[in-house]
Amino acid sequence: MVGFQTLFSKEITRFLKVGFQTIGAPVLTALLYLLIFSNALRGRIEVYPGSGIDYLQFLVPGLAVMSLLQNAFANTSSSIAQSKMMGNIVFVLLPPISHLEFFLAYVLAAVVRGLIVGFVVVFASLLFVALPIENLVTILTFGFLGATMLGSLGLIAGIWAEKFDQIAAFQNFVILPMTFLSGVFYSVHDLPNFWQLVSYLNPFFYLIDGFRAGFFGVSDVEVFHSLIIVSTVTFALSFGCFLLIRAGYKLRS
Amino acid sequence: MNAISVRDVYKYFGTLCAVKGVTLDVVEGEFFGLLGPNGAGKTSLINMISGLSVVDSGSIEVNGSDVSKDYLRARRMLGVVPQELVFDPFLSVYQTLKFQSGYFGIKHNDSWIQEILGALGLDEKADSNMRSLSGGMKRRVLVAQALVHRPPVIILDEPTAGVDVDLRQGLWKFIRELNERGHTIILTTHYLEEAESLCGRIGMLKKGELVVVEKTEQLLQSSEGLTIRLLIASGDCHLPESLNSFQTKLIPGGAEIIVPNASNVEEVLAHLRVANIKYDSLQLDRRDLEDVFVSVMRSGKDG
Ligand SMILES: Nc1ncnc2c1ncn2[C@@H]1O[C@H](COP(=O)(O)OP(=O)(O)OP(=O)(O)O)[C@@H](O)[C@H]1O
Ligand SMILES: [Mg+2]
Repeated sequence: MVGFQTLFSKEITRFLKVGFQTIGAPVLTALLYLLIFSNALRGRIEVYPGSGIDYLQFLVPGLAVMSLLQNAFANTSSSIAQSKMMGNIVFVLLPPISHLEFFLAYVLAAVVRGLIVGFVVVFASLLFVALPIENLVTILTFGFLGATMLGSLGLIAGIWAEKFDQIAAFQNFVILPMTFLSGVFYSVHDLPNFWQLVSYLNPFFYLIDGFRAGFFGVSDVEVFHSLIIVSTVTFALSFGCFLLIRAGYKLRS
Repeated sequence: MNAISVRDVYKYFGTLCAVKGVTLDVVEGEFFGLLGPNGAGKTSLINMISGLSVVDSGSIEVNGSDVSKDYLRARRMLGVVPQELVFDPFLSVYQTLKFQSGYFGIKHNDSWIQEILGALGLDEKADSNMRSLSGGMKRRVLVAQALVHRPPVIILDEPTAGVDVDLRQGLWKFIRELNERGHTIILTTHYLEEAESLCGRIGMLKKGELVVVEKTEQLLQSSEGLTIRLLIASGDCHLPESLNSFQTKLIPGGAEIIVPNASNVEEVLAHLRVANIKYDSLQLDRRDLEDVFVSVMRSGKDG
């Protein structure tokens, strides 16, 4: 237990020490998106027709989840990849830390960073726009699941990658397109059929839709439906990641 | 009980077989030396013992705990000083040891940390960042890290590579004390004098195979005798036939004659005088572990 606590707090310290980059920078990016998109698109896009929800309001939860996902991924992937390349990963491989503790320490630290970034984005946005909160539990549930999903995915990527380029490629060619095509900036009902279909195949879409429902009580898909899909994907990725750790894949070659 | 018990262990890297069917027992309290040339498989074997790499076939136990089935217990018993000079550049020396204690489940470890820092000559560096330390200092920290949880079995993979004479002596004194207090020590080194003076028993790996495991005294006995080394500046050296009863060898700038014991030296010198061999200087060497090592590595038994 002390082993887990130590590794967890080590991972937390790691990103807090450079909080300017790990929290400050992503929040600033999200706010810039908010500023630019809202000015460019306000009035041109009507979301959830008849609900009275303003585009700027609509945008905030999407941006918050996007930042949350990207940062949860970045935390585990960069930490593991860096330790592997520096060789100091041996310091956490030699001690009696169980496979489960190892997995949880890394992923939960990523969840903490993801949630911090996500919520700072929401709070900072309140300076520009008022937001309703329909159901806090829904918000927290989807936030937690999303951060766990991407924390696990980042851990898998970090374990697998042999170079930083590979992590960057994963971020640019998988995570980024998937977040952009998931309805951060629009409601999928406004999309042509083909792109609607693509969105329905994207687990991030359900994450964002569910998270947003926690604010407005309105969503493209039934919230419960989204919860099932998101939980399933999160569990599958977490379990896959745990199995890799247990097998020592690439870590104990 | 056996501190380490290795049973018919193999390790493959692709098609390369780095460890070939090694079976070895290290008894509790022993000071064991694992020797072998570069690439012999010492580190590969150690990594399997410490769980840093999976055992491809065979089994390994540390203090009776299997390194894969009962990995938590096995790892708690072990302290490992890795061969590579690795460190966390974001931490100070003290933080490094504090975190390492935590990983091993120890929350309050300050007095022991202070003791190891002192013994390894690191007290003044406690608050220095790891990045700012010299190579030798970093290696001391690696040794300290391996000891934070007072492991009953300590494995040191070339702990004295790149370390100055001062620390080397200090380090050995400290490790010896730990051994006297009951810790089992397993050591790899390329400094054979170190192994000779420290290790009670020695194993030699050659291309992944354990070709010799023997008490150090016995190994040395098997090669008792003296080497008489003649240095002849002219390089022109022909040993008389009267010396054929001894083992002789021409070396660059002279010759070596190996005799069973000291009383033979006079005899050899007499033969040299009779044959009128002029030499510029003469050295007498006790045969040592290095000679044994060289002859084992040259001998026919080959992987
Ligand atoms: N991760 C790896 N991938 C591929 N080959 C490896 C790997 N690790 C070791 N080897 C190979 O296995 C063999 C044994 O290497 P090992 O590091 O165990 O030798 P060693 O006895 O420790 O040598 P040294 O004295 O140089 O430290 C070598 O041929 C080495 O190239
Ligand atoms: Mg080695």
